[in-house]
Amino acid sequence: MNIIVPVKLVPDLVEELTIDSSGKALDTSWLRLILNEFDDHAIEQAILLKERIGGQVTIVAPDVEGIDDVLYTTVAKGADRLIKLVGDFAGGFNNHALARVFSAVIKELQPDLLLTGVQAHNDLDGSVGPLLAEQLGMPYIGYVAGVTLTDGNVIARKEYPGGLIAEMEVTLPAVLGIQAAQQPPRYIAVSKVRQAMKTATIEEQTAAELDPTGGLTIGRMFQPEAGAQATMITGEVNEIAARLVSFFKELGIL
Amino acid sequence: MATIAFSQSPSFSKTFYSSLYKVIEGERIQTCLQCGMCSGVCPFGYLMDFPPGRMIAELRANTFDRVIKADTVWMCVSCYACTEVCPAKIPLTPGLMTRAKEELLMAGNIPSELQNALENSQRYNNPLGESPRKRADWAKGIEPEVKILGKTKQPVDVLWFIGDYPSYHPRVRSATRALAQVFNALGVDFGILGPEENSDGDSQRLAGEHGLFEVLAEKNGRAFGKYQFNEIVTTDPHAFNALKNEYPALGISYPVRHFTQFLAERLDQLKPILKQEVKARVTYHDPCYLGRANGVYDEPRALLKAIPGVELEEMSHNRNTSLCCGGGGGGMWLDGFQWEKAHVRLSEWRVREAVTTGASILVVACPYESPRFEDAAKMVQQAGQLAVKDIAELLVMAMGD
Repeated sequence: MNIIVPVKLVPDLVEELTIDSSGKALDTSWLRLILNEFDDHAIEQAILLKERIGGQVTIVAPDVEGIDDVLYTTVAKGADRLIKLVGDFAGGFNNHALARVFSAVIKELQPDLLLTGVQAHNDLDGSVGPLLAEQLGMPYIGYVAGVTLTDGNVIARKEYPGGLIAEMEVTLPAVLGIQAAQQPPRYIAVSKVRQAMKTATIEEQTAAELDPTGGLTIGRMFQPEAGAQATMITGEVNEIAARLVSFFKELGIL
Repeated sequence: MATIAFSQSPSFSKTFYSSLYKVIEGERIQTCLQCGMCSGVCPFGYLMDFPPGRMIAELRANTFDRVIKADTVWMCVSCYACTEVCPAKIPLTPGLMTRAKEELLMAGNIPSELQNALENSQRYNNPLGESPRKRADWAKGIEPEVKILGKTKQPVDVLWFIGDYPSYHPRVRSATRALAQVFNALGVDFGILGPEENSDGDSQRLAGEHGLFEVLAEKNGRAFGKYQFNEIVTTDPHAFNALKNEYPALGISYPVRHFTQFLAERLDQLKPILKQEVKARVTYHDPCYLGRANGVYDEPRALLKAIPGVELEEMSHNRNTSLCCGGGGGGMWLDGFQWEKAHVRLSEWRVREAVTTGASILVVACPYESPRFEDAAKMVQQAGQLAVKDIAELLVMAMGD
C-alpha cells in the first residue's frame, strides 16, 4: 500500500494576525506557520493504516519556513519518505496552485491512497483534497473519520450533520479528506525528533510554476468590524458583568 | 518503535534498574527493604496499580514491563513525599518515578492533556500555548518600567526569572506584579529576559520529557549567556529547582535563589516599609519544590512574621510533611485524568486543612498554587471566607499600596 499525504502549513493563530499595506493579504513579517490541524490527522491516519496493514507512507509538502521540523516529526511517527517541493512559495499561493503542484509530483509516485486534511482555516478557494482529486482524476470523499482497507477498495466512514454517519466504498486509488484520525495524533518525544533529524533525509523536488487559475481574486481583507447591532462593553470586570445583567434583563432573557 | 520492543524484552527490568544508578545516590535502590512507607505516604498511592514500593518489587522480579503498560504512574505528582519518608533514603522521585514516566512517554502511553502541554512547550516554549512574544505583557504599566535585558542591554544585579504561569496566567500575573512592586520598593536592580525567556522545563522533565527539558534549558542557557548579572532570582520553586539542581549538569551554572530567600536576606530593609497592619490569621503552604526538594522552610515564614498583625498558624501537615497542591510532575496538566481516576483533588484536601487552622488567608509561594487553591476553595464548603494570597501579594498589602 503506497500512501501519500500532501500537507500544508497555515498561519498560527496564537499570534495576532495583521493585514499588510496592500489591504489584500496577511502581513507575513510576524506570521508563524503551523501544520494544518486536519493534515496532522491525515498523517496520523496514514501511520495507523501502515501499522495495521503495512505499506509505505510518503509526506509531501511545499517548502515554507518551518517545514523541515514538521517533516522530521512525521518520520519519528513512522513516515517512510519525505518530499519537500521547492518553488516560489514565499509570495503566497492559493489551493488551486498548490493542488496543481502536488498533483504533478504525486502522479509520478503512483499512489494507492491519498490522505489529506479535509480543510484548513486559510482555504479561501476551496480545500486541497477535491482539487487534487480533480487533477489526478481520482474519486474523492471528504469529512472522513475512519478508514478501512479491503482488497483494492477502501471503506471510508463519513460524518454528516445531524448525527448521521455513512460508510462508503470506493475503488483505489482515491483521495480522502480526513476530518479526524481514528486516534488523536500521537505525541513524539523531543529525543525521537532529534534522532530523526540525524537519520532521515528530506528529498527536494522542484515544484512546477505556480498556476493560481480558477482561484479567487481578493478584493479586500480586513479584521471583523463591529456592526450597528453590536454594543462593545468596556470597563472593569464587575461593571461589565453588571451591564450584561441589565442587558439580559432588558432583552427578557433573565 | 524500538522502545516498545525494548520495554518488552526480558532484560528490560535489568536495564531500567541499572539506569536508576545514574541518579545521585541512585544505587540506594538496592537497599529497598519493601517497608511500604513510600506507597503509604503517596497522596495517590492507594489507587496506583503500582505504587513506588511495588514498582521496586516488580523490578526485582523482572516484570517491570507490567508497570509500563499501566497508566497509574501518571498519578505521581513528583511531590517528594515518598523520597522524604524512605528509611533507605532512595531518591524515588527524581529516580524511579521520573524514569518510569520517561519510559511511558517513549512508549506513547501518555494522557492527551499532558500531550497538549508538552506540544505547547515544544512549539511556544511555554506549556500554556501562549505567544512567546507576549511573555512580558504582565509588566505593562508598571512604574518604574521593568527592564527587558534584550532592550536595555545593561548589566543588572538580579536577573529575575519570571516563569510560565507568572508570565501568562491571569491570576498569577497579579502576584508577579506584586513582586515587581516589592522589588521596586527595595530598589532592587533587576531585569527580565521577556520574550527570550523560556519555560524552565522542570515539570516537563518530571513528567518524563527529558529531551524537551534539555531543549528548553539550552535555550535559557543561551539567553543567560547574552547578559550580565550577578544572580538569578526565580518566582517559581520549580524554576529554582531546575536552575539549582538540573541546569549545572548541562553546563548552565549561575547563582540562583527563590524570591523568598532573596527577600528574607533583606528583612532589615523590608521591615521599615511594612507599615500597614495586616490583621489576619494566616497559614502557609510549603511548596514541594521549595520545601522537601530544596529544604527552604524558614525564609517564607520569616517574611510572614515580619508583617505587622499577621498571626501564623501551621496546618497539621507542614514543612517536610506538607501536602502537594497536585500540580507537580505534570499534575498541572493532568487534572482531568487524575479526576477520572481519583474523584478527589489534592488541592481540596489542602484547603480543608487550611480551613481547620481558622486562617482567613492561605499563603502560597509557588505560582501553581493560587489558581489551584482558589478553585479548590470554591469546592470546599467551609472555605467560603478563605483567601489565597502569594507572599508577595501579602507584602504589598503590608506596604499599604
